Amino acid sequence: MIAAQINQRFPPPQFTETGHQLPHLTAPPPRLGALDWLDMGVLLACLALATWLVLRRRQRRELMLLGLFSLLYFGFWRNGCVCAIGSIQNITQALFDSSYALPLTVLVFGVLPLAFALVVGRVFCAAVCPHGAFQDLMLLKPVTLPVWLEHGLRLLAYVYLGLAVVFAATGGGYIICRFDPFVQIFRLTGSLTMILTGVIFLLMSIFIGRPYCRFLCPYGVLLGLAGSVSRWRARITPDKCTLCRRCQNECPFNAINKATPRTLQIDPTPEDKRRLVIRCALLPTVIVAGLWLGGLSGDSLAKAHHTVALAERIHLEDAGAVTGATDASNGFRAEGTPPEKLFAEAHALVHRYVLAGRLCGAWVGLIVGLKLIVLAWRPRRPEFETDAVRCVACARCFEHCPQEHKRRQQKAEINGVLAS
Amino acid sequence: MKRRAFFNGLARVAALFGLGGLAGSLARRAQAGHTVWQIDPWKCTWCGKCATECVLELSAVKCVQFYDICGYCDFCTGYFEPQPNKLNTGAENQLCPTGAIIRKFIEDPYYEYSINEPLCVGCGKCVKGCTLFGNGSFHLQIRHDRCLNCNECSIAKACPVQAISRVPADKPYRFKTLEGKK
Repeated sequence: MIAAQINQRFPPPQFTETGHQLPHLTAPPPRLGALDWLDMGVLLACLALATWLVLRRRQRRELMLLGLFSLLYFGFWRNGCVCAIGSIQNITQALFDSSYALPLTVLVFGVLPLAFALVVGRVFCAAVCPHGAFQDLMLLKPVTLPVWLEHGLRLLAYVYLGLAVVFAATGGGYIICRFDPFVQIFRLTGSLTMILTGVIFLLMSIFIGRPYCRFLCPYGVLLGLAGSVSRWRARITPDKCTLCRRCQNECPFNAINKATPRTLQIDPTPEDKRRLVIRCALLPTVIVAGLWLGGLSGDSLAKAHHTVALAERIHLEDAGAVTGATDASNGFRAEGTPPEKLFAEAHALVHRYVLAGRLCGAWVGLIVGLKLIVLAWRPRRPEFETDAVRCVACARCFEHCPQEHKRRQQKAEINGVLAS
Repeated sequence: MKRRAFFNGLARVAALFGLGGLAGSLARRAQAGHTVWQIDPWKCTWCGKCATECVLELSAVKCVQFYDICGYCDFCTGYFEPQPNKLNTGAENQLCPTGAIIRKFIEDPYYEYSINEPLCVGCGKCVKGCTLFGNGSFHLQIRHDRCLNCNECSIAKACPVQAISRVPADKPYRFKTLEGKK
């Protein structure tokens, strides 16, 4: 059915009478390539500015203004696409599919925030990511979630990252882009379901600090891991911590680790040690369980791939189990490829999905196991400090630290003296 | 604490080198010039998904008329219903649900058909009629004045025959040519 060549069933006329000239086909050009370089430049500038604001200026208000700019530029002006979160999938696809041409913008958007996070922590989340800025600006009445819920929900992001990598590596599509709750709001158009999801996330953000960033964002997982070994990061107090707990009370993201009370600064009991040993021993078991479960899910994951879905349909049609044909099966038959070739391709794909599912399951198992170990570990902390993984450097804690207030006062006095 | 700082530093340097290596190896393959989505008109089966799957409310896909191939037929199978009452511009005779095709008399017996783009929804009904029974001068293309160039094109994802792929931005269209399929 597909016309493979021009069917000149009706020869084009010569227009001898009127000498009519054929109009030209218009071809509106795409967005200028130079604007891509502008985007990359703005990203670099915003990251550098955010670093300076978090580490030197320590001003929440300035950071919010930068966040607002990012929301307007990367969000509403650039329609939230290309973004760093989605770039994980492009980079994964480029690693697994050598024929895929990775756009340079996407590579830069994926790598630059990670490089910054390795050195100065998650400054990207603080004010450069439009998703984060959007939710952060909505946060009015933060409530603290119970610890078990917080830790449990945070695991979702690791699962989401695993699945996104599985689908990108096997050609099953970009789930992060498809289920992004905010991008449709940035575009001001889209499917009702996704816009409603976005609105629900924004409404939740009024009470729960950054729900997407904390519990779902797969890029946040990578940034958190990078941030955990960063050289510098947001430090709550500029001077000695007075253990007043105000920062911990004010942090809406549960990202501040308590200082160990002096009365509890004793050596771990045998029970503590035993718990730690048991959980360490549990780690391999959890990983193997994840591996097994992931392998089981391989078949159903594979159905997301169009080749597998098409092969299944063709098989059912040939077996007479279904009547009628879909657009896809019609198109496939018109192409004239032998079904055996399609089936072989689908088989290979299912194998890949089972393998990928196992790896993804093992990854989730590893994370769950490590989480259990970390929860049993009670390191001694002399002062309140930001958690290297969870802190998004929003600068709220600075504003509430009495030592920071003292510093600002002193600075103002010195400036006053210098001015007079 | 010192030991921990040392291991953190080690991990950081390793990660930075790893990231740099990854970026370097990918950058050599990465395309500096950007790419855009486009439909291969030879693969397209005019299923109608372009009209409904685009993230834009009014799809970025539009029908285009390649005049060089057009037969300028009086009874255009892309313009008229299969069995029209009369060969005139009456709405009941037209295939296009939005009346986006303009029919203009040129000389006997030839009529010129062009697309009124703001009205076109990209449903492909005219493309089907024209390709099955005529010369196939109507075809669907992604119009880059409308396309947002999403990271993953949601029409491409839904396309039953994988007709949409990325093309270099300096050649952003895949119009049919007189030579046929290359």
